[in-house]
Amino acid sequence: MKVVTLSGSIVGSKTRTAIDYTVQSLKEKYPKHTVTLVDLADYDIHFSDGRNYLDYEGDTKYVTQTIMNADAIIFGTPIFQASIPATLKNIFDLLPVDALRDKVVSMLATAGSSKHFLTPEHHLKPILGYMKAQVVQSYVFIEEKDFDQKKIINDDVYFRIDRLVEDTVILADTYQKIKEEDDKKYDF
Amino acid sequence: MKKYRINPDNGLEFGIYTLGDHLPNPHTSERISNQQRINEIIEFAQLAEQAGIDFFSVGESHQDYFTTQAHSVVLGAIAQATEKIKIASSSTIISTLDPVRVYEDFSTIDLISDGRTEIIAGRASRVGNFELLGYSLRDYEALYEEKFDLLQLINENEVVNWEGEYRAPLRDAKVIPRPKEGWLPIWRAVGGPPGSAMKAGRAGVPMFLATLGGPATSFKHSIDVYREAAANNGHNPDDLPVATAGLFNVAETTQKAMQEVYPHINEGMKLTNGQGFSKQHFAQGADKRDVLNVGSPQEIIEKILYQHELFGHQRYIAQMDFGGVTLDQLKEKVEMIGSEIMPAIKKYTSKRAED
Repeated sequence: MKVVTLSGSIVGSKTRTAIDYTVQSLKEKYPKHTVTLVDLADYDIHFSDGRNYLDYEGDTKYVTQTIMNADAIIFGTPIFQASIPATLKNIFDLLPVDALRDKVVSMLATAGSSKHFLTPEHHLKPILGYMKAQVVQSYVFIEEKDFDQKKIINDDVYFRIDRLVEDTVILADTYQKIKEEDDKKYDF
Repeated sequence: MKKYRINPDNGLEFGIYTLGDHLPNPHTSERISNQQRINEIIEFAQLAEQAGIDFFSVGESHQDYFTTQAHSVVLGAIAQATEKIKIASSSTIISTLDPVRVYEDFSTIDLISDGRTEIIAGRASRVGNFELLGYSLRDYEALYEEKFDLLQLINENEVVNWEGEYRAPLRDAKVIPRPKEGWLPIWRAVGGPPGSAMKAGRAGVPMFLATLGGPATSFKHSIDVYREAAANNGHNPDDLPVATAGLFNVAETTQKAMQEVYPHINEGMKLTNGQGFSKQHFAQGADKRDVLNVGSPQEIIEKILYQHELFGHQRYIAQMDFGGVTLDQLKEKVEMIGSEIMPAIKKYTSKRAED
């Protein structure tokens, strides 16, 4: 199974720090799965102009294609102005409407304070649903105070990320089985 | 309707279209050469004519897995290789071409074909042509509207005076040769939300509607708003033909038709659009109410008649070669269209049937 973890901002360090641990947890628990980390800060990505994702070139094509080829995706996002960053929204805008069909998707958010706890629920989840993702219902929300010097300093955060990783992979494995079972009923 | 060379008394016209895709056969993973594919498209048009099919058209897409970028050249060859079948582009991407040059080409094809040629002008759903031909995708809408209007103007006037944003002005410009009847049927290609259908209606030009999948009733809405917009803008909807275009496959049984074509469509779409066709959606396509015309001859007849009842359209065109379907397979299917499907459709939709 192909798992992609995405860090959705081009500034700051909290989301990347949390995503780094997510990758480590994935690799330890599921060594057979392929894990690809995409940090948007490492790429130069076009703003969506409405074309099919295959018609882009360079970094834009690489990132969209990596997402399209994934079986499961963990989106990491900071909260900017009470919403997801434009860089992450642009990724969704670059993709086809039902790009996340048959994919299991989960969310990890970092924020300055607990005031933003419902932002992933209100701003990110509806987008994932619209794009037909199988969304892991619970998400990890990490506050500023849980980080120090680009490290996670709250043990509970490690436990929560571990559970998110397990939930994502269990749901993705199960979804693949359901899909195989479902495909059998069609004789074409 | 006569102006568009359509006689509704003869019933629904049946046509075939190809996008000119050049894809591997998913069963063998092999892909024929460009040359063979182009020659087979010309032969496909001849087979369609022999079976009594009314219409054949070729599209242009400027990117990998397509081979009729120079679709007007292919149509020139088809004009020469056939005698009575109507021929057209599906679509000519007028946005990134020069309407003067397009008109010269299609008038010439019309002369070669002895008055059988039409233009379907579209905006492109695959947009590889913009960068390649030196245009910006930002002007997607504006380019289409301006160039489509110019094409219409040239069609109505041999000598043109025109000024616009995306092409040098024309001063007493004579656009020749003129087509056989001095005029070509020019259609507007419409897909997606009804906004584009409304524009076609307001302009009073015939509409070609892409109906790739989903319930027929949802496409009826686009046709209704098209006719309404035409009527509200002083055009008589009864004078304006409507055509639909969609995926097609016929086999002895519906089960076989579905089994045969699914891998071609699914694998082909993965390569050209980056996403396959969902099995769940495809399975729903078998329902009589869905526009996907895949099934046994009887099933297809019922579907097309149901669509005709809803749409009241004048022409249906079938896409049946997508994704590396072999010419041998196409031969059999064209035969079934000519001997079983078309006679039934004509019988029930021609004027004589109503008397």
